[in-house]
Amino acid sequence: MGLLTKHPAGQPGPHPLPSGAFTVDARGNLVSSTVPQRVPEAFLVQIGRQVLTVYKGAAAVRLPFSQLKVEYQACKISARALRGGAIIFLSPKPAARPSRPFENLSNP
Amino acid sequence: MFAQGMLAQNKILLLDDDEQMLELYQALIEQIPSHPQVEVCNSGARAIAMLESEPFNMLITDLRMPKMDGLQVLAIVRRKFPLLRLVALTGVPDEEYRARAYSQGVEMFWQKPASSEDIQLFQDCIESMLDRPHAAQEGFRGVQSKSLVDLIQLECLSRSSSVLFITRGALNGRIWIQNGEIIDAVAANLAGEAAFKEILSWKSGNFEILPADPARPRAIHNSTQGLLLDSAQAFDESKGPSVGAAPEGGDPSAAAPPTGLAALGRFEGIGFVLAIPPDDKLPVDCWSLDNSMDVANWARDTHRRLAKLGEGLEAGELAGVFGFGPQEHWALQARESKGLLCVGFRPGLSAEQVEQTMKIVFDKWAF
Repeated sequence: MGLLTKHPAGQPGPHPLPSGAFTVDARGNLVSSTVPQRVPEAFLVQIGRQVLTVYKGAAAVRLPFSQLKVEYQACKISARALRGGAIIFLSPKPAARPSRPFENLSNP
Repeated sequence: MFAQGMLAQNKILLLDDDEQMLELYQALIEQIPSHPQVEVCNSGARAIAMLESEPFNMLITDLRMPKMDGLQVLAIVRRKFPLLRLVALTGVPDEEYRARAYSQGVEMFWQKPASSEDIQLFQDCIESMLDRPHAAQEGFRGVQSKSLVDLIQLECLSRSSSVLFITRGALNGRIWIQNGEIIDAVAANLAGEAAFKEILSWKSGNFEILPADPARPRAIHNSTQGLLLDSAQAFDESKGPSVGAAPEGGDPSAAAPPTGLAALGRFEGIGFVLAIPPDDKLPVDCWSLDNSMDVANWARDTHRRLAKLGEGLEAGELAGVFGFGPQEHWALQARESKGLLCVGFRPGLSAEQVEQTMKIVFDKWAF
């Protein structure tokens, strides 16, 4: 019950990063994805929009780039500009790959 | 400061934002009989940094470039390196550009060669200029700082007549100088002394020296030193007491913290270095970057966004952000106590080289 109280159904909680790639259009809408279907679309859209914001912001300060690499301690997000949108790769680092399924939101 | 020390082999710095043109001109100039060493760079800020760190005999610059344009580069270089030979190149013949380039002291204004005859003539002229000993091989070699206060003092001390056009993002202002005296200024909706003080409160930006405007009526009657002191006092009062501030009555420009970023810029392939303190009210520190405030704001926002995204992902701390582009690469890393370090890299570096160099540079800066 404690877990249910902490993470009620339907409320977004922390997600262990899945592995895969997806593309977003210039508005950040999800176009295609190889990320497991259990990962909510909104979750990918959120990543996509943040990535596009980095691209646009960099271009505005005259630092245009085509490939992005965001390194976290436990995972890496890389992206490549794609006709206004982007293709985004999610890569958990091996040591940090969650040992439990994606649906299990409680940490070990 | 270097730029034109005694060199056994002539050394030329070639500046153009077009990589293909750089390659072409490098090859053309290296063919001339004295076989000069030709270094290339694709931004004005980088060119100035290179001139500061290595001796050169000549700068050949394109005039139309997206960031700091050639005229701005010439204005700075002419003051910092008075003995350096300057050649301006342009793709489009433009009388106004020609006049302004000559007013900045270029020795040759050249339309980019289009035929084999043009190329031969261009090579002959460069060779001839390198052969010719400079009239003055000693004396004043320029100043280290390029603060606005120094620039104004230089113009006034040399009894110049000019109009300083200063931009800071969307803001711009003009200061009219006539025979070494400040006679008027405008900025936003302000005019006269108020505008002058407003412009001096801008701590970074770009400037251009425009031809004099003798018809401008005099609206400022205070002396230059009086104006600068009043402006420094107004700035100090608005800032309040702070650690490291200049002593009372001291030179306001001396309050700037000493920078060690130039040392980081010596690493191979680095284009610019920008240190951004955690408190966004404190000034940023930069080397070889002309739009430091814009980049600092973007870097802060980007780091904040991506760190927040990482929290949502349970991905751990944001370790670094890297962008790889055709013209430039960049990297962004943070250390809580020191803020953010944003570094630009030349495009010739591979992704691995960028990451390795960033690691070294960041460690040197952060620890």
